This record gives sequence, C-alpha cells and structure tokens, in this order.
Amino acid sequence: MAEIKKAEGIIDWLDQRLAVKVLTKVLMTEYWIPKNINFLWAMGVVLVVLFKILIISGIFLLMYYKPDIKLAFDSVNYTIMQEVEYGWLWRHMHGVAASAIFLVIYIHMFTGIYYGSYKKGREMIWLTGMALFGIFSAEAFSGYMLPWGQMSYWAAQVITNLFGGIPFIGEALVIWIRGDFLVADATLTRFFMLHVLLLPLVIILLIAIHFYSLRIPHVNNQESEELDFDVEAKKYLEGKKVESKVVPFWPVFLSKDFFVVGVALTLFFYLVCFHFDFAMDPINFEPANNMKTPAHIYPEWYFLWSYEVLRGFFFDVGGIAAMDIGLAAFGFANVIFMLLPFLDRNTEHTAPAHKRPAFFVWFWLLLIDMIVLTVYGKLPPTGANAWVGFGAALTFIVLFIVLPIITKMEAKCNGGCK
Amino acid sequence: MRELKILAVVIFFTAVVYWGVEPFAHSQMHPHVAPADFTFKDLGASAKKGDAAKGAETFLSAGCTGCHGVSSQGMAAPMDNASASASFGVTPPDLSSAGAIYDKNYLAALIKEPTKALKVEHKFNESRPHPMIAFFGLGGDIDQEVADIVAYLQSIAPVAPMDDKQVYADACQRCHDMKYDKLMSTTDKAALMSYMGTVPPDLSMMIRSKGKEYLSTFINNPQKQLPGTSMPRVGLSEKAQNQVVAYMEKVGDRKKAEREDLGYKLIGYMVLFTLLAYAWKVKIWKEVH
Repeated sequence: MAEIKKAEGIIDWLDQRLAVKVLTKVLMTEYWIPKNINFLWAMGVVLVVLFKILIISGIFLLMYYKPDIKLAFDSVNYTIMQEVEYGWLWRHMHGVAASAIFLVIYIHMFTGIYYGSYKKGREMIWLTGMALFGIFSAEAFSGYMLPWGQMSYWAAQVITNLFGGIPFIGEALVIWIRGDFLVADATLTRFFMLHVLLLPLVIILLIAIHFYSLRIPHVNNQESEELDFDVEAKKYLEGKKVESKVVPFWPVFLSKDFFVVGVALTLFFYLVCFHFDFAMDPINFEPANNMKTPAHIYPEWYFLWSYEVLRGFFFDVGGIAAMDIGLAAFGFANVIFMLLPFLDRNTEHTAPAHKRPAFFVWFWLLLIDMIVLTVYGKLPPTGANAWVGFGAALTFIVLFIVLPIITKMEAKCNGGCK
Repeated sequence: MRELKILAVVIFFTAVVYWGVEPFAHSQMHPHVAPADFTFKDLGASAKKGDAAKGAETFLSAGCTGCHGVSSQGMAAPMDNASASASFGVTPPDLSSAGAIYDKNYLAALIKEPTKALKVEHKFNESRPHPMIAFFGLGGDIDQEVADIVAYLQSIAPVAPMDDKQVYADACQRCHDMKYDKLMSTTDKAALMSYMGTVPPDLSMMIRSKGKEYLSTFINNPQKQLPGTSMPRVGLSEKAQNQVVAYMEKVGDRKKAEREDLGYKLIGYMVLFTLLAYAWKVKIWKEVH
C-alpha cells in the first residue's frame, strides 16, 4: 500500500487515493492528438454531446412514459407533450437528437473512410465504431416503436417480419422476437426494455472500448501522416509548441471542439423548436391502428439506404424469390461496412482519398450511391423508381466487390506506376 | 479555407439528402391538390334574395324541426342523442349557428340535394337513402323558398363572433372526439360505426399528424384528399374553417407559443456560447500555431 500522508488539500487527498493527477495527464493534458486536423475531427465529441442529450432527455421521458399499448400514445402525446412542464421540450430534443446523431454518425464514418482511418492498426476503432452504428440502429428502431403511432406499429410489423426470411428458423424467430403472433403489447414492452436498458448499456460499453481503441494507434490526421507521438509530445512538453505536430486533448483539442459543438447545438435547437417534422414524422402522431395500413410505409431517413437495398431486388431471378434476394442483399449491406478494413487490400499504406485516385472515385461513387438509395428508399417503388432502386442497390454491392481489386492494384503501384 | 471547402461539401450533401427525403419525397407521395374552394363553385349560386320572415314560416312548414333543434330559438331537438343516434346513425345538428358557420350557397344546395352538397353520393342512393330528406318545396318557387330558409338561418345566427371551440363543437363534434379537450362525440359510437363504416378518428393530434395545409383542403372537400371517404363535405365558410383548425391547434399543439418563444432563447444562448468558445479557441490555438 502506498504511503498515505496528511493531505495538503482536496486534490492531494484525492491524488493519494485515486492518482487523479496521473489520471488527468493520461486522459486529458497528455493525451496527444495530431495538430493537422480539420473540423471533421470534432464529430466524435459532437456525438458524445448528442448521446448525453439523448440519455438525459430519455431519463425525463421515462418518468412519464407508459409501455402499454393502451396507454403509450396518450402518455407521450398528452401527458408528456401537454401536461408536464416542458415535457414537449424533452421529447422534441430526444426525437431530433436521435435523427441528428445519425447524420453525425454518417459524417464521422465517411470521414474515417476518406482519410483511411480504419486500417493499419486502426481496425479496432473501425470495428467498434461500426458495432456502435449497429446498436444505435437497434436503439433508434426500438425507440421509434414506443409512442405507438401508426408508423411505430407498421414499421415494427414490417421489420420484425424480415426475420421470417431466415431459412428454417425464420417463422419461429419472428414469434420469439415479437413475443406474440402479431406485433402487440408484449412486443412494445420488450422493445421498451431494450430501448431503455439493454441497448444503452451495450452502447456505453462500446463507447468505452471505442475510445480505448484509439489509445494505441492514436487519432489519424489530415494527411494520414504517421507520427512518432513520443517525439512530438516531448517537443510539446519542452515548450516547442509551434514546432510539435501534436496538441494535448485538454485544453487545445477540446477548445476547438467546444466551438464546433456550439455551432452544432445552435442548429440543433433551431430544429428542436422550429423544424422537427423531418425527425418526428407527422404520421406517427396518428395512433397505431392494425386495421388501417398507411399508404406509404417507410423507415426513418437514416435506414432508407439499407431499406432500398432490400426493396431494390423486386423480381425473381432463376427461381429465387425477389424477397429472398432482397433479404440476402440487405444482410450484405448491414455487415459489409464492418469488413471494410479487410476489403481494402492496400494494407501497408494509409493516405487520404485524394491521394488514392481509384479509391477517390470509389469513395464518391459510394457516397452518391447511398444518397440515391436513401432518396429512392422513401419514394413509392413503382415504375421507373423501382429500376433506379434496383440499379443503385446493385451498384452498392458491386462497389464492395471491386474494392479489394482496386486497392490490390493500388498496393502494387505503391510508390511507382501510374 | 480548406475547412470552409470541406464544410461546403458536407452542407451540400446533407442538403441533397434532406431535399430528397423531405420536400421531394413528400411531393411524390402526396400529390398536390387544388386549394380549398370556399365558394363551392360546383354547387352553383342561387340568384334569389331570401326573406328571413318568410323563411321562418317556410322553415316550420318544411318540417325541418322534425329532426333538427334550434336551441337559440327555444326549439329543442325532438330526440335525445341516444334515440337520434339509433334512428339516423348520427345526431342531427342543432341549427342555431348554421347561418353563421356554413356558406350560404352551400346551405341552399344542401337543403335541396343533401347527398350532392355533402359529396356522399357514393354512399347513399335510393336503396340506402341519406337520413336528411331533400326538400321538395312547398309548391311555390323552390329556389325562393330555399333562399328564404337560408336567410332565416342567417338572421337567427349569433351576431357576436363565436369562439373557436364553439364552431368546432357545432361543426365536428357530432362524429368526432376531441379526447385531449374532453369533448366527446354526441353520437353513440356503435351507431356511428355502422353509419360511417368506421369510427371517425379522434381529432386531438390531427394538427400534428396532418398539418394545417392538408386540413384546409381536406375539411373543405374530403374527397379531394381521400377519395371514397365517408366523411361528408360540411360546407364551412373560410372563417369558420380557420376557427376549427385554430381550435385543433390549440388542443393538439398547445405548447406551440411556448416552444417558439423558448426557441429564440435557446438559439440565442447557443450563439453566445459559440462566440465565446470561438474566442477561447483562437486564444488557445495562438500558442500552438
């Protein structure tokens, strides 16, 4: 046991017991971040802030929400939105943050892809990040069910039904997930449990691992330059702050993040108070009615691209049902991003996309294709729309099939051929 | 400079996605319909000038009070709500405020040809007659008689402006609930179900689920937005319809004013925060650049 002396003050008292001084250095003042970064590197902190908003607003909502199909709709739309002081604010913040967090996740993800921050030692960062994306999706889906509006019910019906496509166990699996033959009270209550307990626990755990996985390979930078962090840190500590290529997390890196968070939250509160329909679909203000199918069933915007991959394959091919092809493609779309570090065969070389000509084209094609999928995922899948969706879904799959090929070619040409 | 370029790229793609999934997708899913027509052009306009005093007599001789009450004139409804529900499927409206909230031409057309004015010809015909019997005239010029009745209804209508809730109650409450304002339909639910084919929806949150724009064309002519619906065209004047929508907003979006007021404060606070954060950032980064 360490020698405990009479403390000189509260910090010293804590330091003797918890080593807070070392801890502060490790986590804050001597946690080194490259200096050559742009505002896209602030998205991680923006995500943390949005997640905190979701947790805090969620706790307030939890005090009045009733996970019962007879009470849920009114507990949200009457009790919370009208009776409780500022209940509407917590609900609007919760709904808008849920949508906004996905926008920032996508920006964060595409930043990682563009600057090659998923490979050469950073694979675990990517994998835990994509796991977070997956669990956040489940969190968003389960949360959307809770107000028990029309789209809560019908989205639950359609999405849980997808599991029926899994060979052999599908039918039993759907019933097991729903806890009933139809989406019903048991379904609502168990998704409530997932939304407020199990999934948030998993998310918090994954965030911790995601942060930890940054420690060894360190944060990437705008030129994907490999830095010797020990050397650069030494320079900084010696006072050569301008010359050093790194800055400490606190206060230098965070001072920039606070500014970006400020801009993000200004926009956020505008959306919360004046422009929330994109995140709180009006159709979900209609109570769930299992006798009345809505004219258009679509998921929230952040699921549209993968939904369109599912819908895109709308005709049978060689005896295989369209539904099965779509499901297989949907499964592909949901795991393929996870495999990105292993599909990029230029493993030794990290560079931003603008220094990788073929990959640069691939990157923008992927982004544009996903936007096309997103937009067509919402449009009625009829006539020409169905064919655009099919083309975009096919393109998505082809892009991931050619990725290993173009990156392999790139690897062969490292430092040479054109 | 580079940061601004990157920001422009991020904003551009975000804006494209937003445009695609919101305004564009909604324009594809909900085709635009013509704006509300408060002149009810399809029903034509009568050139006759009504005489309220004659109208009062015609009103009584025509048998309107067989079904309708006019409480403001001391004429009670002939049946209570339960028996009216059972006899007609829906409680007949009290006509005290009809002259104030419904359009004049519409009322005239309704008296002569109820199913046409109500736009429910797809539901009611000779084998299934509409509970409101068309007025066939008392032997004179039917258009003059109708104009007189309308003039009478207008003459007894309240002169003082009606409050939004009262307009809603007179125009909508026979069929619809407004649960969040504890206003329930006057018609018995089971009767309503068999009369309409479905229980008309509770309107508490309709302002949030449909929005003002949709409601203004829908209430004016339900068939335009929802072909085949059993909701009749009720013939509200523009002013009365706006009052109904205002009442729906008061009930379904009660915190709107608070939300907008707080919105400016929250944004103002964040702008201040952002400026301070920027100043601090500049100060901190001066040392390392």
